[in-house]
Amino acid sequence: MRIVCPFCGERELGEFTYLGDAKPVRPVAGASEDEVFDYVYLRDNVAGATSEYWYHGGGCRAWLKVSRNTLTHEISAVEPAAGAGAAKVGA
Amino acid sequence: MASAQTHRLSNGGLVDRSAPLNFRFDGKAFSGFQGDTLASALIANGVKLVGRSFKYHRPRGILTSGSEEPNALVELRTGARREPNTKATTAELYDGLEAASQNRWPSLRHDVMSVNQLFAPIFVAGFYYKTFMWPAKFWEAIYEPAIRRAAGLGRAAGVADPDHYDKAWAHCDVLIAGSGPAGLAAALAAGRSGARVILCEEDFTLGGRLLSDGGTIDGLPAAAWLSKTLDELAAMPDVRITTRTTLFGVYDGGTYGAIERVSDHLPSPPEHQVRQRLWRIVAKRCVVAAGAIERPIVFAGNDTPGVMMASAMRTYVARYAATPAKRIALFTNNEDGWRTVETALGAGLQIAAVIDARPEVSPAHRSLASKGGFPVLHGSVSGVDGGKDGVRKIAVSLTGGSRAEVEADGLAVSGGWNPAVGLTSFHRGRPKWSDDISAFVPDGAPPGMVAVGAANGDFGLGACLSQGFAAGATAAHDTGHNDKAGIAPVADDEAFSLAPLWHVAGKGKAFVDYQHDVTASDIELAQREGFESVEHLKRYTTLGMATDQGKTSNVAGLAIMAAVSGRSIPETGTTIYRPPYVPVAIGAFAGHHRDETFHATRLTPSHHWAVEQGAIFVDTGLWKRAQWYPRAGEKDWLESVTREVKAVRSGVGFCDVSTLGKIDVHGPDAGAFLDRVYINTFSSLAVDKARYGLMLREDGIVYDDGTTSRLAEDHYFLTTTTAKAGLVMQHLEFCRQVLFPELDVQLTSVSDQWAQFSIAGPKTRDLLREIVDPAEDLSNEGFPFMGAREVALRGGLKARLFRISFSGEMAFEISVPARFGDAMARNLMLAGAPFGVTPYGTEALGVMRVEKGHIAGPELSGTTTAADLGLGKMMSTKKDYIGRVMAGREALVAPDRQVVVGIKPVDKARRLRSGAHIIPKGQTPGPGNDQGYVTSVCFSPTLDQWIGLALVERGRERIGEIVHAHDPLRGEDYDVELCNPVFYDPDGGRQRG
Repeated sequence: MRIVCPFCGERELGEFTYLGDAKPVRPVAGASEDEVFDYVYLRDNVAGATSEYWYHGGGCRAWLKVSRNTLTHEISAVEPAAGAGAAKVGA
Repeated sequence: MASAQTHRLSNGGLVDRSAPLNFRFDGKAFSGFQGDTLASALIANGVKLVGRSFKYHRPRGILTSGSEEPNALVELRTGARREPNTKATTAELYDGLEAASQNRWPSLRHDVMSVNQLFAPIFVAGFYYKTFMWPAKFWEAIYEPAIRRAAGLGRAAGVADPDHYDKAWAHCDVLIAGSGPAGLAAALAAGRSGARVILCEEDFTLGGRLLSDGGTIDGLPAAAWLSKTLDELAAMPDVRITTRTTLFGVYDGGTYGAIERVSDHLPSPPEHQVRQRLWRIVAKRCVVAAGAIERPIVFAGNDTPGVMMASAMRTYVARYAATPAKRIALFTNNEDGWRTVETALGAGLQIAAVIDARPEVSPAHRSLASKGGFPVLHGSVSGVDGGKDGVRKIAVSLTGGSRAEVEADGLAVSGGWNPAVGLTSFHRGRPKWSDDISAFVPDGAPPGMVAVGAANGDFGLGACLSQGFAAGATAAHDTGHNDKAGIAPVADDEAFSLAPLWHVAGKGKAFVDYQHDVTASDIELAQREGFESVEHLKRYTTLGMATDQGKTSNVAGLAIMAAVSGRSIPETGTTIYRPPYVPVAIGAFAGHHRDETFHATRLTPSHHWAVEQGAIFVDTGLWKRAQWYPRAGEKDWLESVTREVKAVRSGVGFCDVSTLGKIDVHGPDAGAFLDRVYINTFSSLAVDKARYGLMLREDGIVYDDGTTSRLAEDHYFLTTTTAKAGLVMQHLEFCRQVLFPELDVQLTSVSDQWAQFSIAGPKTRDLLREIVDPAEDLSNEGFPFMGAREVALRGGLKARLFRISFSGEMAFEISVPARFGDAMARNLMLAGAPFGVTPYGTEALGVMRVEKGHIAGPELSGTTTAADLGLGKMMSTKKDYIGRVMAGREALVAPDRQVVVGIKPVDKARRLRSGAHIIPKGQTPGPGNDQGYVTSVCFSPTLDQWIGLALVERGRERIGEIVHAHDPLRGEDYDVELCNPVFYDPDGGRQRG
């Protein structure tokens, strides 16, 4: 498997670490235990298009949002996480 | 003296008669020529019997001439290089080669275990599920060992492999599997267009079937066209052709696996050369020109030595000038089989008869028969009379019902051809059935891959060339290269006609899977017993599960199952195809990652100095850390460690702690960021101060701990444990980039940039004053406990000094750029000599941390909360942080959790061991009253007894209670007292002094 890192170009799987589903959003401070529980534990078992977090630890250390089809392993898009690189969101 | 090559033609073939090679098979000396395989050399010497079969120990000969060989498996080489299950058909002959037959005792010709044939009825499909049911305990003790001795293949060397293996990457536009006419045409088209091409050929000679079958291409004889084409390809700088290389798998993203047998054709690898090389090839396009595999017909006695695939028979004659038989019968159901007759007649061999299962034979072949003086019998072979010395007589059932007999010493069989659909099917693709050729052909392929020629079910030479060329041109075009492929090579297509025939009824064992001894009746039995699905059939009979993965047997097996279950072959379907296409040595997958190079080794900055000191090292992750520094006269590690601890507690010692993870946190929001990742607050930390921090996972469990210092308003220096250094960096980057992208903060790993030493003991200041610039104030007022700032050293070098203590003593950690680490260690020794400075290792470090009740890896076990560790008060209630909400869950704050507590043996002389379970005193140990376990123990030189830390239910409420330690692993039972985990200097006066 190969992932096209937006910073480094196409690289081999061994440079990356998989985290998991990129869909859950961390609840804001003050969220209820149930909301946080859902965020921490509940995941869809998707057969098809998913969005996942991958870490380019063997390269630029960017966290990437990878759109991958779990049935074909085809990767349709790779984008950097909001805070990857030097730019600050909203700066 | 080697015996003469009695079965070698005097001319022709691709062997070099000027280069004779001596070899031994089962101890007997033979000779062959350069260009031979072991199989062709054995044939040239008239050897027919080469092995015994897996279950029944039946005599077996050579069936094929390629990597699909199921029978002719040998142990190649001797000693540590002995390699079992090596195919004689692909093993290249070299001078001095030694091979031995397998699975026979005492000898190949007189194999005692061939009595298994008499017990054949109990060795049918699924036999061990039925036969060895009872009594259950007999299975491991008697049945399995006995079966393993009786049934089996070769023996592993049993000692470490002395050779090296390599792993490499390659990249190209167009990857081509196979150098037959289709593969070469693809390479020509892609190469002329300027594409970067890699062509992998598993044989040691390029040309594929052209080498055996010849033909005319562009008006030239095949050999002339081949040589002209190879010259043209050799002149193309971006075309790389590798022989002895099998493409065995395809993976996601256009990544392919190939195994290159770099030195397998040599007695041993040349110096500094590897045995094999595992290639991972990244290709934008792949043209599979892997050809097809001729399939046997299943009939009684079809495993008799001397029965051979028709294409293999003509390969041995045409390519190797070796004659498997003098008087050959051919059993075919298709036109292609007849080519063997033409080749045999051309070499002056006798044809006994052709048994053709088709109703009609072409006029050309009829006239060939009359010219050659042999009969053409319409019908099928129903039995073979022969044995370990080979075929003697062949029984034929003629169309119409009568019988005939043919005397011959060799039987060539052609049941048609199966395209090699492995590569195209490895992404769970299922091939589709083609009625035209009665075979499975690729139905699509993984992205970027296309099959051409015989691999695509088109067997004609003309079709192979045109399809290969077109695929090569398309692949070049698709990868952005000009359309300069030019004109495709041209040849005629041979006629092809086939009457499907899988199984001929007859008396005696008719083999489908030669290597696993699966017969037609086994398949029928499986069907009767309900194992009709192909996946069940495979596992119940073990059809196709041997080292050849059923290359010659799977389709025939499916066809027989289809026939007995009344379904069509496509309805029956195929099993899933999985890589690797050929067996690949584990050594090749491991490459250089073995023994001391299994993983990278990280050395601390003071490593070489520590080696000079005679330190004993311990592997912690990738690191080598000094564990203790033995001195002359010390009888064991405990004596050394005890001395080191006492030296620190009474004087001064130092320890390299550079292995801790170190992260620079920069930016205006650095403090706010740390507040969110630690349970305690760092934004409030004053500049020039350090603070102990604890971070949780989002599920509320403790993740890591360490000291973090504020070196400037917008600069923190964070440390992690050695074990979690990389993971904490990854976690913090996730927090920064994904969870809190709005914070203006940057992280830099500086673990390798700083050499850090802990200097501990009451004389620490005395030592430091020798190396730190006298202008720096190291007094308790000028540099108080938990102070952290940059200082100048004598000589001007800047260092960072942290007044932190893991040992409980007055201590500093000093940090210098890593390149000065070695000098720092030597300097500390020099400057500390007047104070009796003592280097200490990780053991003494561990003893002092247990004496002080500090938590470490055993307590940060991935199951403990901050409160379990006695650090619950650090959890801020004034801010949000990772893990805060989940840490508040009912079970994580339950009052009966196991918490860290100290333990001391009631019998002061007793040794403690970690792992022992804590049970209430007076109770019988069991899962119901298991209240925790001992996490860390040490011999405390300070208390002169063993002490430990344990996780115990409600432990902190039970200080003073006597409990029972139960250690079933070591068979130890003893009482311990629960106590305060801080055994040494509980009020902390020493570290603050």
